[in-house]
Amino acid sequence: MRPAIFSAILLLAGCRGRQNALDFASDQSSAIGDVWHLMLVVCGVMYLLMMLLLGWAIWRALKARAASHDARTAAPGVDRKWRAALAAWSALIVLGLFVLAGGSFLVDRRLARGEDPNALQVRITASEWWWQVEYLDPAPSHTIVTANELHLPVDRPTHVELRSNDVIHSFWVPNLNGKTDLIPGRSNFQTLTPRRTGRWRGQCAEFCGLEHARMAMDVTVHDAAGFAEWQAAQRALAKAPDTPRRTEGQHVFMTSTCASCHTIAGTDASGKVGPDLTHLASRHSLAAGALPLDAKTLAAWISQPHAEKPGTNMPATDLPPDRLGALVDYLMSLR
Amino acid sequence: MNTARELDATWADAPGWRGWIATVDHKRIGRRYLVTAFVFFIMGGILALVMRTQLAYPNGHVVGPDRYNQLFSMHGSSMMFLFAVPVMEAVAVYIVPLMCGTRNIAFPRLNAFSYWIYLFGGIMIYAAFFLNVGPETGWFSYVPLAGPQFSPGKRTDFWAQMITFTEVAALAVAIELIVTILKMRAPGMTLARMPLFLWSMLVTSFMVVFAMPAVMLASSFLIMDRLVGTHYYNAAEGGDPLLWQHLFWFFGHPEVYIIFLPALGMVSSITQTFARRPVFGRLALVVSLVATGFLAFGLWVHHMFATGLPRMGNSFYTAASMMIALPSGVQIFCWMVTLGTGRPKFSTPLLFVIGFFITFVLGGLTGVMQASVPLDLQLHDTYFVVAHFHYVLIGGSVFPLFGAFFYWFPKFTGKALNETAGKWTFWLFFTGFNVTFFPMHIAGLQGMPRRVYTYPGDMGWGLWNLMSTAGSYLIAISMLVFIVNVVRTLRSRETAAENPWDAPDLEWAAASPPAKYNFAAVPVVTSDTPLWTERDALGALSGLRDDRPEVLITSAVEAAPQIRWGMPSPSVWPLVTALGLTVMFVWSIFTPWGIVWGAIPFAIGATVWFWPKRSQPGLESES
Amino acid sequence: MRPLRITGDIGGLPDHAFGPASLGWWGTVGFMLIEGMAFLLAAGAYFYLMSDESTWPPGGQPPSLLYGTLFTALAVLSEAPNVWLSRRTHAGDVRAIRIGLWIMVAIGVALMVIRGFEFGALNVRWHDNAYGSILWALMLMHTVHIATDLYDTVVLAVIVALHAPDSRKRSDVADNVMYWHFVVVTWLAIYVLVYLLPGHAK
Repeated sequence: MRPAIFSAILLLAGCRGRQNALDFASDQSSAIGDVWHLMLVVCGVMYLLMMLLLGWAIWRALKARAASHDARTAAPGVDRKWRAALAAWSALIVLGLFVLAGGSFLVDRRLARGEDPNALQVRITASEWWWQVEYLDPAPSHTIVTANELHLPVDRPTHVELRSNDVIHSFWVPNLNGKTDLIPGRSNFQTLTPRRTGRWRGQCAEFCGLEHARMAMDVTVHDAAGFAEWQAAQRALAKAPDTPRRTEGQHVFMTSTCASCHTIAGTDASGKVGPDLTHLASRHSLAAGALPLDAKTLAAWISQPHAEKPGTNMPATDLPPDRLGALVDYLMSLR
Repeated sequence: MNTARELDATWADAPGWRGWIATVDHKRIGRRYLVTAFVFFIMGGILALVMRTQLAYPNGHVVGPDRYNQLFSMHGSSMMFLFAVPVMEAVAVYIVPLMCGTRNIAFPRLNAFSYWIYLFGGIMIYAAFFLNVGPETGWFSYVPLAGPQFSPGKRTDFWAQMITFTEVAALAVAIELIVTILKMRAPGMTLARMPLFLWSMLVTSFMVVFAMPAVMLASSFLIMDRLVGTHYYNAAEGGDPLLWQHLFWFFGHPEVYIIFLPALGMVSSITQTFARRPVFGRLALVVSLVATGFLAFGLWVHHMFATGLPRMGNSFYTAASMMIALPSGVQIFCWMVTLGTGRPKFSTPLLFVIGFFITFVLGGLTGVMQASVPLDLQLHDTYFVVAHFHYVLIGGSVFPLFGAFFYWFPKFTGKALNETAGKWTFWLFFTGFNVTFFPMHIAGLQGMPRRVYTYPGDMGWGLWNLMSTAGSYLIAISMLVFIVNVVRTLRSRETAAENPWDAPDLEWAAASPPAKYNFAAVPVVTSDTPLWTERDALGALSGLRDDRPEVLITSAVEAAPQIRWGMPSPSVWPLVTALGLTVMFVWSIFTPWGIVWGAIPFAIGATVWFWPKRSQPGLESES
Repeated sequence: MRPLRITGDIGGLPDHAFGPASLGWWGTVGFMLIEGMAFLLAAGAYFYLMSDESTWPPGGQPPSLLYGTLFTALAVLSEAPNVWLSRRTHAGDVRAIRIGLWIMVAIGVALMVIRGFEFGALNVRWHDNAYGSILWALMLMHTVHIATDLYDTVVLAVIVALHAPDSRKRSDVADNVMYWHFVVVTWLAIYVLVYLLPGHAK
């Protein structure tokens, strides 16, 4: 009964969602879902049994109050019967735990299956409070560097290497897999095999300081053609400015402090401190999901980042409005 | 009776505040521990109310990220270090000597000292919080975030030193309890006949002894990394951030059982008394307590499943983490059978025990869920975990604690708390608790991570958060009802019967509240339910001196009388020593030389404390 | 309160004892358990950090053996007067107790002096790397134990010099002797970790 009620509640609450551990969109999250369902059943049954036992105890207690006998010293026969019941109860618990441990172990083995040589290779490096995402490739011209967005091909495994630049973070896209920590000084790994196209959301899941709450990851799963299209676009060098205003904007970028932290491939800007901006305008959001991406928010972000995301490592850049406008115009053209 | 009057004089404290600061009476110290721990509970609860208010709606603006991060760090640290362990120790410090049939706790001056150290540590961290130098990296403070590079300033140093204060106090009390329980039990109270509350405090105290050094080491390493440039946790110079996690959780997992086991002892006491029959399955209950104590040390890696440790190792911790459910399940069965085959009266203490059954079991089962590595990787660090640990901590420890408080209140004060108000407290607390924490399971499954100061409006988490906030206010109301009940009862002149629940244990043979010397002679025990077996006068042994404070030392297993032992007189030196140690600890937050210079007042205090008094007949000053 | 019916008398029992009948013994053992656990965990941290390195020490020279071995020799030899003091304490020989305590004080001071030289001969500083940090941690922990035991012994020696020790005070001396065993034994383990493993384990 309990698992059914629980599931009903969840259904009402929405088992669907773009950052939802029960809305399985991959092999990995489905496998974990199997453990969840097993747990719901077994734990639900155990809880029900215990509540029945409690109910029985209370009911007996209410009945005994009416009786007149002095129950001070329990009759030895009574307790002997219950000792047998205790043994049975213990055996039941052990059995239940074996089933759960076994199920968990089997799924764990399933998830640990060897690395697929055809897997896409991605490296994610976390910093306070954004994600660098690199698509590795033996051919240097095929590598992609972006930030705060992960694009994956459906029905194909992606092998993700997880590293950190500063403190411990945790990479978690619940619809696709459990979480794995990113720890400075070591590499951790995760494999994602999405089975549905769509857009999902991930979030840092290990407290990493002031803006831990606003360190999201935008994940898009494409079909094969869509993914190839995205890849091709991302591999291209930055779009050259095609209007005088955008040319001025690029000039502002190169002569202000921007280029010392950010890279725009195909220009002289090759800073490695902040996110790669080559295809900034192709992204869905700004500042790791903290802000929507449009001209207005981008302008606010550049001039007063601390008002938008207090504590961010992005320094404020004070520019007169027309230069700021040109810069934003240029950046918004970088699809 | 001459003896009673002489005993009164021998065991008395000086009148007024001088007696108050110098007392070594475990009952006075136990009461101040209780009150202090409860104050920290309320303060930690108020912090939670502010957090819940911030999270009631998406994109809340009640507090900003810096304040919020301090709030959740203080809430967790306050509850875990300043409330949960000390309050259990408080009850034990008061009840254990009485339940053993002896006149004081072992090492009474150490007991006084431990209270002051605990108080000063708590004052220090709250002062730091109000001065905006409070901890900000959570109650388990992971590095490198808490290290020198990413948490500059003194915030984390205050936190790390608070640990030192509370851990010294807890270790001191643990030693006192072990020695009292093993060496000062009434003759005839063999280990086999010993009440389950004493068993739970014995196992808990051993756990404290073996677990607390881990956090002492971890926090000392952290302070050193921050203050003098060591590299224990610095990956760039051969250190390892995971070393912190291993050391902390080696302590941290047993810590939650340190909080839980005393509550199990309370549940046994209350269940037995209210069922009005000797507890069923006594041997199984004792074995379960001991097994839990051992197993608790083998689970800590389950806090680290997401860190990328080798898979094979993780599976071992899955098995161990699931296995610990067995002793819990056994105990619950025994209690329920005791209730069902007894003749229970459903007063407030028993209501809280029933509340414990309903909530703790649910929390225990979500714990079994998280023992599975793959599933834990979804649930870890989300609101599902927050729900889980509140269900096991509040359900498993705070409900029994409130039950025990209602149960033993007549013993502490000679008055009984109002039953109607007690029932209101229970129902408001139970309802408020479930409304607060049940929705968190759902929020976690729906993707809400923990330790977030706000969340977006389009994630579908708003409803659950609003419910949780409403529930938290209900809990606050239940606490108000409780406080009013306590204050009014203390003020009233109505006294309760001496043994209002007709309980079987030895503490109920003493007066309510007990005389300063607890028992006029040494009670002798012939069963595991002494006051039910002997319905009239209890057998007792005379021979302890009336003109100086003395207790009887008995053998560890059979409780056979061995020697008489002179107890120390009241003294201000434990307080002075505690002040000296406080100077040393606080000074060393700012400079390592603080340890050297601060050691001087500490050494002076400790030396005078232990210096023999020539005035005491035949007795050297003792700890 | 429940009336008590006197059925026997324990007034004839002694009011002092050596060993497990004495609460002081239990307090000392409790402290040894706590500190022993701390040492065990520090050793665990040592091995954990060592497992992350391919050589041990990761760079530079291992500690030079002279002062550490001298310390170990003196510590082991100190067990002779220590055990002698224990025997004389049980026998109630006040003069021997007084002499024995001052001998232990002198040994303690000598050990602290040697320890000072040891710190200078470790060939690594605590802030150089994690290897240096854990070595210094082990040495510092043990030094604190010697220092506090030395202080205890001085206080006991002064007390016993001022008044003849009664049975309770003699029991305290015996507990102090026991604690010194603990200080020596833990040192042997730390000596292995600090002086023997570096340069030879990896």
